[in-house]
Amino acid sequence: MGPLVPDIIGNNLNFIVALVIGVFFGAILEQAGFSTSKKLVGLFYGYDFTVLRVFFTAGIVAMIGIMALAHFGLIDMNLVYINPLFLWSAIIGGIIMGLGFVVGGFCPGTSVCAAAIGKIDAMIFIVGAFIGVIIFAEGYPIFEPLYKAANYGSPQMFQTLHISETLFAFIVVIIALASFWLASIVENKVNGVKKSPIRLTPYYAALTLIGIILAVSAFAFPDRETSMLQLIQDKNYVESYKLETMTTDEFAYRIMDEQDNKIQIFDFRPLKEYEKMSIPKSISFTFKDLFEKEPSQLLRLKHKINVFIANSELTERKMAIVAEKLGFKRIEILQGGLDAFKNQILDFKPIKDPKTLDEVYQNRFRAKAQKEIPILIENNKPKGAVVKVQKRVVGGC
Amino acid sequence: MEQTKYMNPYLAGVLLGLLLIATVYITGRGLGASGAIKSYALTVVETVAPSHTSSTKFYQDYSKEHSGSSPMMNWLVFEVTGVLIGAFLSGLISNRLDLILEKGPHTTNKIRIAGALIGGMLWGVGSQLGRGCTSGAALSGMAVMSTGGIVTMLAIFAGAYLFAYFFRKFWI
Repeated sequence: MGPLVPDIIGNNLNFIVALVIGVFFGAILEQAGFSTSKKLVGLFYGYDFTVLRVFFTAGIVAMIGIMALAHFGLIDMNLVYINPLFLWSAIIGGIIMGLGFVVGGFCPGTSVCAAAIGKIDAMIFIVGAFIGVIIFAEGYPIFEPLYKAANYGSPQMFQTLHISETLFAFIVVIIALASFWLASIVENKVNGVKKSPIRLTPYYAALTLIGIILAVSAFAFPDRETSMLQLIQDKNYVESYKLETMTTDEFAYRIMDEQDNKIQIFDFRPLKEYEKMSIPKSISFTFKDLFEKEPSQLLRLKHKINVFIANSELTERKMAIVAEKLGFKRIEILQGGLDAFKNQILDFKPIKDPKTLDEVYQNRFRAKAQKEIPILIENNKPKGAVVKVQKRVVGGC
Repeated sequence: MEQTKYMNPYLAGVLLGLLLIATVYITGRGLGASGAIKSYALTVVETVAPSHTSSTKFYQDYSKEHSGSSPMMNWLVFEVTGVLIGAFLSGLISNRLDLILEKGPHTTNKIRIAGALIGGMLWGVGSQLGRGCTSGAALSGMAVMSTGGIVTMLAIFAGAYLFAYFFRKFWI
């Protein structure tokens, strides 16, 4: 599961990766024509919309691609850097950069590209940017109140707008397509080209088709959590889904057996209930933890039996189904849930006049368990919620 | 030899998008540029006036945030070094290497130099204030649908269109 840094790719190798990514980044920008200020500012005077086309296409491709990665569980978005929102510094900083764009003709990334192929104006621009950073550093006490004002954390746009992720992605792709069309009209007008901006050539048809496919594909990658929640809403489906179950007696036996280290118990009750009373060998777990890279690693441990417990068997079933759908193996649920466990073991009432041998044994075992387990529970120090040490990647400029 | 034509913008966009996906998948962060300029600037100040940096809040904060390691051991410094190499190679292949001062048709060299310098300074201040530039905040922010990145992006383009009229003599 991504991101590959720092587990699979170490921090030093990451620098090499950075270099390689940079080479591609620079080459693509240069090939697209971002190494000349005249082409870049064309966007603001209407004679060349290359920047808009490249930028918006890259944005929507990356957005849909990252959505797809998250949908298939290939990346844990909780670890990906989401630019924080400091409202006022973002707006004012942005406007200053916009002014810098029309005055200087570059943005930092493109100026590096242009400087690399010998544009003197770009080299001067970089010197300017250098001085600008130092001005900011020296004047930091003045900028600081603005810099740190209105901190909204790191929300994502669909959360801010209170719409679904897929709808937001769809809207952005539609806006992008509309802007490409509009840009062609403006561009032709400014440059005095008489051709219609949209012609029925195979090229344009293919381009439009790809755009529409991209827009619709947003709906193919709904947020995994949301789609899983929808799946387990159907009670009939949840109840008829085939899952491995563990009887309350086996569960009790495994808890009492100190040698048994094969069992891992995942307690899906609210943390408060867990803190009040927790089963030995158990850890508090949540629905969300199933989707995160670090907590879910516990479920990947080999040779362990993962028993999901909750008050009702229905909740256990729901969580176990989600876990199986996410590809986790060796999941079992406690038959009847903790309610049954309490009923049959902790509040055990012996069967009067046991008739069969089974009933005699059951009486004997449950009487023993009833005595021992409360002591184990009493002595058990709850492990608490899963520990997450991995932090978000620090990114941004 | 004549310059090769530029790549189709949509194709370039798709390639850039794929590169961004790979970057996020591998490193958990997006692309960037202004951060590297910051690292270089801080290193220069640190070398020239070490006593100054140890007593100024901004440098102290930076050093704290990056757990004291050198500002040059930074992901973006390596990435931007790559950008230099990549753009140079691309210019070499497409016959675009040329040491020139590029400017609009109705402007002088002096104005272009002053514009580039001041424009750069504005970007230096603005990208620090806005926590990223067109690559780090706008493009990468859009890819992860970050509100912060998208607000910055809208502000950059709004600002540029707002002031474009006043500087039209620079370009057209």
